[in-house]
Amino acid sequence: MAPAMSDIMTPDAAELARNAPGDGRAPLAEGSPEHDLFIGLTRLGDNTLILGHRVSEWCGHAPVLEEDIALANMALDLIGQTQLWLGLAGEVEGAGRDADALAFRRDAWDFRNLLLVERPNGDFGQTLMRQFLFDAWHAPMLKALEGSSDDRIADIARKAGKEVAYHIERSADLVIRLGDGTEESHARMQTALDALWSYAGEMFIGDATDARLAEDGIMPAPESLRAPWDETINHVLAEATLTRPDSTFAHKGGKQGRHSEHMGHILVSMQWLQRAYPDARW
Amino acid sequence: MPVGDVMVASIEQVWAWLGEVPDPEIPVISLTDLGIIRDVAYQGKTLVVTVTPTYSGCPATSVINFEIDKKLRDKGVSDLRLKRQLSPPWTTDWIKPAARDALKAYGIAPPIDGTAADGVIAGRIARLSGDNLRVECPRCGSAATEKVSQFGSTPCKASYRCTDCLEPFDYFKCI
Repeated sequence: MAPAMSDIMTPDAAELARNAPGDGRAPLAEGSPEHDLFIGLTRLGDNTLILGHRVSEWCGHAPVLEEDIALANMALDLIGQTQLWLGLAGEVEGAGRDADALAFRRDAWDFRNLLLVERPNGDFGQTLMRQFLFDAWHAPMLKALEGSSDDRIADIARKAGKEVAYHIERSADLVIRLGDGTEESHARMQTALDALWSYAGEMFIGDATDARLAEDGIMPAPESLRAPWDETINHVLAEATLTRPDSTFAHKGGKQGRHSEHMGHILVSMQWLQRAYPDARW
Repeated sequence: MPVGDVMVASIEQVWAWLGEVPDPEIPVISLTDLGIIRDVAYQGKTLVVTVTPTYSGCPATSVINFEIDKKLRDKGVSDLRLKRQLSPPWTTDWIKPAARDALKAYGIAPPIDGTAADGVIAGRIARLSGDNLRVECPRCGSAATEKVSQFGSTPCKASYRCTDCLEPFDYFKCI
């Protein structure tokens, strides 16, 4: 029987791309411990990569020099952490892909980052609010990972945790200063919070992979990070005189590779050079 | 000491050579002053130098590895391997006392002991508004200084300003 029209018109692009000739790697079996670990590590590394890239877009454009430098430094920390997470992911995968190959040679559907980190920068307030919502999750996440049953993960978490302690200190400080600032800055911070709020919930929604990783003591269950996150958020928002939105609706899918339209645009700018000139070096 | 026709450098000698390699960003202190060389040992005939990064994204890391490699090869070490060690993570507490004086003389306020970021986030947030650090101006010695930004010219530094002599300066922040 001939395939239905919709089958012809909507091929599974992700599958086609993965099976494209020239790759030659044997994929890890879905649901295997190695595959779970690989997915867990790409989730960590893709968060830091995409947020690091987003933050780096401010380089040369921040409102004042000190903030420009601070944003560039934070982007640098995040990209550095990406090299560690994706480096380990490549090692676990065992198919010869290093951190660069994973960052520059995958397409959107193979990225596992939260939808929150691919949100556009917006104004300075929106960038800071996104950072704060993320940092308030990132810090306790790394703290939990320090106790991972996998020593390689614990080592990276201890290193990254020291850097992220400065990130949360800064983003919380600025959310308070701008929230409890002028009428204009307060309004912008509240608008940013309201706009980003529905993207925060994804951080605490686990799937089968998360459950298996948590069972083996490799990574914490996402749900377990809700309480420390709430505590930080409530404390800082109160200081900042900002109103925590009531809604519990959460956009999700990023962790499973289903992204917003922004993801493709990020990859176009981030991967262009490596796509046009594979293995280019300087 | 000569072994066969190859010169094998002693461990002490290698440490001394590494003590001559300046930090690429802050040339008044050496790599050993900075505390990032964690171990020097022979594995068989191969000299293994274990290095820990300061910040995971510090661009100086690859330059540091290059400088170590170059120094030791210049000294005749040909069988050499650099090993990265993440744990325990580097801390500013490992910067040697003499190097702190060198930093100050160079115009960078040295890190203040005992305030390293320890991951206790709630505590740090609680102290946000407090003046828990007294960073002295490296130029005039005044303690009347203020933080301009938690981030400075390199990942390891914060930007400060002296309110007495008005000098803007870098503070080597604790980690």
